[in-house]
Amino acid sequence: MAQKKTMLQEFSKGIIKENPVLCLVLGTCPTLAVTTAATNAIGMGIAATLVLICSNAVISALRNVIPDKVRIPAYITIIAGFVTIVQMLVKAYAPAIDESLGIFLPLIVVNCIILGRAEMYASKNRVIPSMLDGLGMGVGFTAAMLLMGIIRELLGTGCVFGIPITAGFVSPIIIFILPPGGFFVFGMLIALSNKLSHKKNPETAGCGSCPMSGTCSKLKAEGGCDK
Amino acid sequence: MIKSLVAVFLAAILTENYVLSKFLGICPFLGVSKKLKTAVGMSGAVIFVMVLATAVTWPIYQSMLVPAGLEYLQTIVFILVIAGLVQLVEILLKKYMPPLYNSLGIYLPLITTNCAVLGVTMLVIEKASGDPAFTYVSALVNALGAGVGFLVAMVMFAGVRERLETSDIPQTFKGLPITLVAASLVAISFLGFSGLVENLIK
Repeated sequence: MAQKKTMLQEFSKGIIKENPVLCLVLGTCPTLAVTTAATNAIGMGIAATLVLICSNAVISALRNVIPDKVRIPAYITIIAGFVTIVQMLVKAYAPAIDESLGIFLPLIVVNCIILGRAEMYASKNRVIPSMLDGLGMGVGFTAAMLLMGIIRELLGTGCVFGIPITAGFVSPIIIFILPPGGFFVFGMLIALSNKLSHKKNPETAGCGSCPMSGTCSKLKAEGGCDK
Repeated sequence: MIKSLVAVFLAAILTENYVLSKFLGICPFLGVSKKLKTAVGMSGAVIFVMVLATAVTWPIYQSMLVPAGLEYLQTIVFILVIAGLVQLVEILLKKYMPPLYNSLGIYLPLITTNCAVLGVTMLVIEKASGDPAFTYVSALVNALGAGVGFLVAMVMFAGVRERLETSDIPQTFKGLPITLVAASLVAISFLGFSGLVENLIK
């Protein structure tokens, strides 16, 4: 029973408490870029979740085999392999999503969430919890992007999932689907999540949670990294 | 020829700015833009690696992957080449050019997983597939422009953030939220450049 409960926790922590986007502030690039429409947000979320589950499983299974010194290149290779598979699947079965995600689909490979989870969780835990962790983080990532996608699509075009909602009586504010709108909505959502959770603000885009933070100690000494 | 290169260069800096209109490299943009000195150092390293990575990945793609019909291996090959390259450059700089290493070297490990670098190498390939006039030289100029665009955005934003430090901000917005709202305003200013390059160089 206790085991079951912790398994559930592994899954659920990624959705609210440690939401990768709103709390840990990881994976900002795709969050800002693909959330111009709710459909894109879901497509990107599912693709990233698949990669996250598979790479977490493999990295966790190989955690005693990969030498510590070359672990980052090894993780990147594993992740890139799964990204390629997902890329081919999306191209074959959802060409419209492939078209609208464009370069951000292959760029999942450098998404900090995936490398971050590999480094922080999968390299230290067993296979099943790692997969659940990947699933939870993926769902959290998708949910945050979906929220942003809905807000931006509604305000920017008056539609949600392409279905007109306010179109006709409220003129759309096009700037919300343009890049500035992305920064603005993201800023507002993080402020809201700070307000609701009453926690200390994340000072900056997570240097602490950055997978490379171990190697950039010099940068910290220079005072470059904000934390 | 020169004209089209200038157009590619200016477009990469202004209309296609990697940070503010393509959302590539947001992490360093938000993370290391607090001080002007570190912002410039990071941008210098990004410019250097972008040009170098494009210089290496373009020939690999065009002369090895395309003839072999292995275009789908692009992602995996590019990221490994870039990771290896960054490591090599770091070692070489440390050994032979310590002053340059001291100013750029500390940023290099961070760049391996920077999506702007992988992004530029892939985007030039994409551009070339739709436009036969887009050559190796254009790709290098595009990479240089993308790096300079990153520098412009970082330096501008470092200035904005220095002002933010001293302002009175509501508790909830302190830290990242206000930074993002400020980034949004800087991005609006870059919208003003849309169409500029096409009209300037016909």
